Amino acid sequence: MTSSAVHPTQERPAPPARPSWPDATGHFGVFGGRFVPEALIAALDELTEAYEAMRVDPAFLAEFAALQRDYTGRPSPVTEVPRFAEHCGGARVLLKREDLNHTGSHKINNVLGQALLTKRIGKQRVIAETGAGQHGVATATAAALMGLSCTVYMGEEDTRRQALNVARMRLLGAEVVPVTTGSRTLKDAINEAFRDWVTNVETTNYVFGTVAGPHPFPAMVRDFQRVIGDEARAQVLEREGRLPDAVLACVGGGSNAIGIFTAFVPDDGVRLIGLEAGGDGVDTGRHAATITGGAPGVLHGARSYLLQDDNGQTVESHSISAGLDYPGVGPEHSHLHDIGRAEYRPVTDAEAMEAFALLCRTEGIIPAIESAHALAGTMRLGRELGPEALLLVNLSGRGDKDVETASRWFGLGDRSEVDPGPGMDTDQHATEGAVASGDAVPGQDAGGVA
Amino acid sequence: MSRLEERIRAARAEGRAALVAYLPVGYPDVEASIAGMVAAVEGGADVVEIGVPYSDPGMDGPVIQQAVEPAVRAGVGIRDVLRAVEAVDAAGAVPVVMSYWNPIERYGVERFAADLAAAGGAGAITPDLIPDEAGAWLAASEERGLDRVFLVAPSSTDARLRSTTAACRGFVYAASTMGVTGTRATVGDAAETLVTRTRAVTDVPVCVGLGVSNGDQAAEVAGFADGVIVGSAYVREMLEGRGPDGVRRLSQELAEGVRRQAVRP
Ligand SMILES: Cc1ncc(COP(=O)(O)O)c(C=O)c1O
Repeated sequence: MTSSAVHPTQERPAPPARPSWPDATGHFGVFGGRFVPEALIAALDELTEAYEAMRVDPAFLAEFAALQRDYTGRPSPVTEVPRFAEHCGGARVLLKREDLNHTGSHKINNVLGQALLTKRIGKQRVIAETGAGQHGVATATAAALMGLSCTVYMGEEDTRRQALNVARMRLLGAEVVPVTTGSRTLKDAINEAFRDWVTNVETTNYVFGTVAGPHPFPAMVRDFQRVIGDEARAQVLEREGRLPDAVLACVGGGSNAIGIFTAFVPDDGVRLIGLEAGGDGVDTGRHAATITGGAPGVLHGARSYLLQDDNGQTVESHSISAGLDYPGVGPEHSHLHDIGRAEYRPVTDAEAMEAFALLCRTEGIIPAIESAHALAGTMRLGRELGPEALLLVNLSGRGDKDVETASRWFGLGDRSEVDPGPGMDTDQHATEGAVASGDAVPGQDAGGVA
Repeated sequence: MSRLEERIRAARAEGRAALVAYLPVGYPDVEASIAGMVAAVEGGADVVEIGVPYSDPGMDGPVIQQAVEPAVRAGVGIRDVLRAVEAVDAAGAVPVVMSYWNPIERYGVERFAADLAAAGGAGAITPDLIPDEAGAWLAASEERGLDRVFLVAPSSTDARLRSTTAACRGFVYAASTMGVTGTRATVGDAAETLVTRTRAVTDVPVCVGLGVSNGDQAAEVAGFADGVIVGSAYVREMLEGRGPDGVRRLSQELAEGVRRQAVRP
């Protein structure tokens, strides 16, 4: 079935060893699988078969590696952040710099792989869902690079929050469709993308943005993202001569977290910690902390934890971060949680924004608000573990797209004085809320950009 | 024999296809939606697909989404659905529940099967559950003697047609086109091809859904299928405020259609 028979030997980069899950039908323990209309099964089978052949094909692996190096700019560096670490109980903190990738986040890693796969199965059109817009921008970028036509579904609410990325996608030649059904955020964008796919499956490939969805997406996206952890593990070993005590990442659907966790899963001494979006606080009900505050069920094609009510309806999630504002999570995270290999903790909007401001001020790095959740988790864990600890954090993206949101949060607006300062508290947020609700929201007319 | 299959075979014995009507519970409210279902039966529906409102109806187009969203917001759930089952049963049609999987899983698969059987339901159609993932439902429906209807699609391979229909009882739901629910100008050849391919691997009756909205289309589909499934057109009657009267009229037109000698275009 694979093409390895055709290309017998020669400089084949050995495909990296995979975890023992999922099984052949896409199950991670009791999670994962395929819960989709029958009409999509043929396309999912086609994708699975093509991907299984491609992932061991030396020609593909070489092309993928070259793109990652020459286009994305891999390997991304690891940066130690001592001034930030002063606020982390003195623990040492290393950032894996996915924010420095072309297009500004880890999302490009996955998209280049899926775009190559799209060409291989002979389809000319890609569709994608996006929340923060980073996956949409990455997909639009890969489509431009490879000459594919591209449609991106984005909740109307998110097109407002992330107007800059809407403009970027349109500049790259993609069609951006604002989704006005349901909660008008990422989950509804995914529904719309599936509807498009089932209708146009003959010509169209769905480039899924995270490690959720039906098999083979969770395994395939993981395999494309695991380069983060493969690199980081080697980088940390080389510079420190030891493994980190903990690896931290934010969890929306879970792709950047799985990306950095996978290489460390066999390292029993390394704690794996996923930070979920706690919104206003898990006990308020306004959050996106799926594993912390949800229960197992079925959403978007797979069994996993999700936020749901007693009728099995998906509950709307809330987060200041569009990229984490999702009521589901990838099935591999549910499995890692259930077997106790990874821990999942909530981080509130306020905690994330405090960490956001702190990294800006102490290190000259503006993180994505998504990634700021991982930073906030690092501050807390560092205080728990103390100065001996070595913490590796996935800085999944940069914050250019979030400047508007952050300005509103900190009440910067048109004021000349800019001093949120580390340690700013929720009072400032409250003041700011008044500012935001009184002002016209910048980016409100996102739909008209470009 | 299964209740659904029995009813569909009875229609066939009359030289016609069965009429299967879909309406979701809870639009505009629970009582009115049940009145709509009863009207569909009075107008001539043999089977009513009783829709469970769901927040993420990935297989549904805009018409059904529009009716289901307020029902979800109003908290309509399986308990309300079971009342609709009783009403449809009393009105003389065969009630079958149509539900995305998560509401059933959340309610509890065994509890759902027990309560559905007690309410007089014939079984359930599960559009996002394939037999490969249906272990718990296959066991529970077996225990309660309930029908289970899975979907086949134009893209299904012959091997999948075989394995999926082997798990079906009652009827096989042939999704006529690649796409979501909604009314369409034409039914298309894909439907007939799919029915032919499906019949080659099973004796279970084959009903065709997706896109039928009027008597002529019903007649066309009745020319090659055992049953004609109509959803969005019924829902539109409710959405546009014509209520039970509109639903009854539509049922009459469709019931006439499934009895007409189909004229193939
Ligand atoms: C920078 C960044 N980090 C994280 C995420 C969350 O996605 P995931 O959990 O799949 O990494 C996003 C999603 O848009 C993102 O843009």
